[in-house]
Amino acid sequence: MSDLDQFRQTVSAWLEENCPPSQRTPITREEQVWAGKNKAFPSSDAKLWFERMRDKGWTVPEWPLELGGGGLDERQAKILKDEMKRLGCRTPLFDLGIWMLGPAVLEFGNDQQKQQHIPAIARGDVRWCQGYSEPGAGSDLASLQTRAEDKGDHFLVNGTKIWTTNADKADWIFCLVRTDPNAKKQEGISFLLIDMDDPGVSTTPIELISGESEFCQTFFDNVKVPKTNLVGELNKGWSVAKALLKHERKLMAEIGGDTPGPSFSPVQAALEYVGVDDNGKLKDVGLRDQLVRHEMAFRAIGLTHFRSFEERMNGVADNNVPLIMKYVGTEESKRKEEVLMAVLGHRALGWNDSEFNDDELLTNRGWLFSKALSIAGGTSEVQLNIIAKRVLGLPD
Amino acid sequence: MTLVLNEEQRLLKDTAKDFLNRIMPVSALRQLRDQKDSLGYKREHWQQMTDLGWASMVLPEAYDGLDFGYLGLGAVIEESGRTLAASPLFSTVVLCSTILIDGGDEEQKSALLPRIAAGELSLALALEEKPHHQPNAFTTTATTGDGGYVINGKKLFVLDGHSADQLIVATSLASGVGLFIIDANTPGIVRRRHHLIDSRNAASIEFNQVKVSQSALISSPEQGQDILNKALDYGRICLAAEMLGSATECFERTVAYLKERDQFGVKIGSFQALQHRAAKMYIELELSKSVVLDALSAIDDKRADLPQLASLAKARLNDVFELVSNEAVQMHGGIGVTDELDIGFFLKRSRVASQILGNSSFHRDRYASLCGY
Repeated sequence: MSDLDQFRQTVSAWLEENCPPSQRTPITREEQVWAGKNKAFPSSDAKLWFERMRDKGWTVPEWPLELGGGGLDERQAKILKDEMKRLGCRTPLFDLGIWMLGPAVLEFGNDQQKQQHIPAIARGDVRWCQGYSEPGAGSDLASLQTRAEDKGDHFLVNGTKIWTTNADKADWIFCLVRTDPNAKKQEGISFLLIDMDDPGVSTTPIELISGESEFCQTFFDNVKVPKTNLVGELNKGWSVAKALLKHERKLMAEIGGDTPGPSFSPVQAALEYVGVDDNGKLKDVGLRDQLVRHEMAFRAIGLTHFRSFEERMNGVADNNVPLIMKYVGTEESKRKEEVLMAVLGHRALGWNDSEFNDDELLTNRGWLFSKALSIAGGTSEVQLNIIAKRVLGLPD
Repeated sequence: MTLVLNEEQRLLKDTAKDFLNRIMPVSALRQLRDQKDSLGYKREHWQQMTDLGWASMVLPEAYDGLDFGYLGLGAVIEESGRTLAASPLFSTVVLCSTILIDGGDEEQKSALLPRIAAGELSLALALEEKPHHQPNAFTTTATTGDGGYVINGKKLFVLDGHSADQLIVATSLASGVGLFIIDANTPGIVRRRHHLIDSRNAASIEFNQVKVSQSALISSPEQGQDILNKALDYGRICLAAEMLGSATECFERTVAYLKERDQFGVKIGSFQALQHRAAKMYIELELSKSVVLDALSAIDDKRADLPQLASLAKARLNDVFELVSNEAVQMHGGIGVTDELDIGFFLKRSRVASQILGNSSFHRDRYASLCGY
């Protein structure tokens, strides 16, 4: 048996033994455990499962052992992920610090910053949010205006950030701020960590079409930020941001995952809501065609994720492939939601109405939520620009 | 499941690319067309391909084969798609050899496979009878008589049918599907070559009271449909590999043109209207690459989901090659509709390849049924 097979067996046995049965069913949004000073657990099993995973360092499997991570390499981490998926184990901890900030601090942070932030993220002690976009800086992110003035021993921050997910619940925010207003766009930007408890920081939720308001606008009014909170070099924040954006896009490319939605797959829903004829074919040929087109595309995307992984592992990586995954993943997710809506017919249209069951109500919420996928983290159009220029080498 | 070629397979692909670029570029197909070549491919090319091991690559070692597997053969076929190379490789090796390996008895296999491996024998599969692909319920019949069988019917769109030495005919028998291997010059067989838009090779074949011996039957009528289905899936996957090569080549030529053509004082590749369409084609091709590799490896690993993968690959490449060839013509502008430019050859091939072994709606319908809806 190879080392990896051995590892798979050990992981699988550990998960079987340590993951409570209640933590092996599909997770709802209310059941997600988010990091933070005031962590709330929906059940004692969820707490137990989180603590066991935390103690293994498997909330952040690929981070260094000495900083609270699991110390796994990419192959081992994939095995852990695969086994968790196979056994239906829930993600024990949710946080932007895990997915986005942590990798950036590990790459660009100094020792003091790593010691301060990485173990805290691994333990789920701090909830992070992201401050990139501004009302006047969306796709054109580099035109951001939030100022951080050098005041000797600290920066003085003034401005506003928008689409700061869960900023009202977060403990810290990582921000892009303008430190040199005279430099060209990208060149005067720095990457700054700000404690949300600092005087002058405030948030307002934004209500979305899905009825939720997980996004906020965050305001900075003469906020004093210690200089030790600068990650990377002064005025070199853009390169930190770009590296971090890669993590965000990779995350968004992974369709499904833990995104809340109905418990049925599109195929299951179609069998129930459309029904089949004597030949076992869905009764609505048009819907059947829409569904199969989605299913086939979804499979092609899954195979491409896998090919990209295999190529990296075999040292023949095509670095262009990851660039397409944000676009295809989010566009296909949107298509999936459209298919689900069509499949449920008017049963998908209920809004806060007890006539409809939870899955039916979640279907239109998921559909509305999905519209943000191809906007956040770089719009589909920006992604196509990147492919055209960077991959295909088409001229400006 | 492997989605990465090993070093040996990569080497094979590079060798194939080099050979095809030197010996069988698109201009070779143009020449066959312009000279109204009666064979439709060049014997010396086929001999060279055989010398490179392409005819024997997936045949068992016991019959002089290399047993190298379909990831390897698929890589070669993909490269052959880039230059639109005409040869009897697909019909002889992928379709007919698969039927013989799977269903043939010892006598049939030892008589035919080593000769196929040596490039001495070409075969064609006589399958279609209607305007659309239909792999079952044949109107061509075989009835028992004279200690053997008598075959009657008409087959259409038989790939390489006009030039093949032997034919495998799919027929309806009282107890199922009869697959017969027959010498193409048997009395009662009338072959007529088709001239198709892609300048490749196909024929219609009539069977008028064709008498064949008992030993011409491959396997049994009870097994016939399964044996045929498997060979057709191998065919769909290899054809998808060929189409991937063709579509990729067509795309790369188009991107090169976008960087070279000036209008309004700039390169036309600087226009966002064209950039986004090019980026979408690139994305579709990358997804296609993964699907084709997985389908080829499903053959090598004898996976149970092979039929799904075959339909996934064929439907996808039908659509992607159609998209890319249409866009290639449009993005080349006026020169795109001239015969002088090779792009037209890709456009024409795409529509022929789409019809071989199932169009996209056939395969989407099949995929849905295989997945239980």
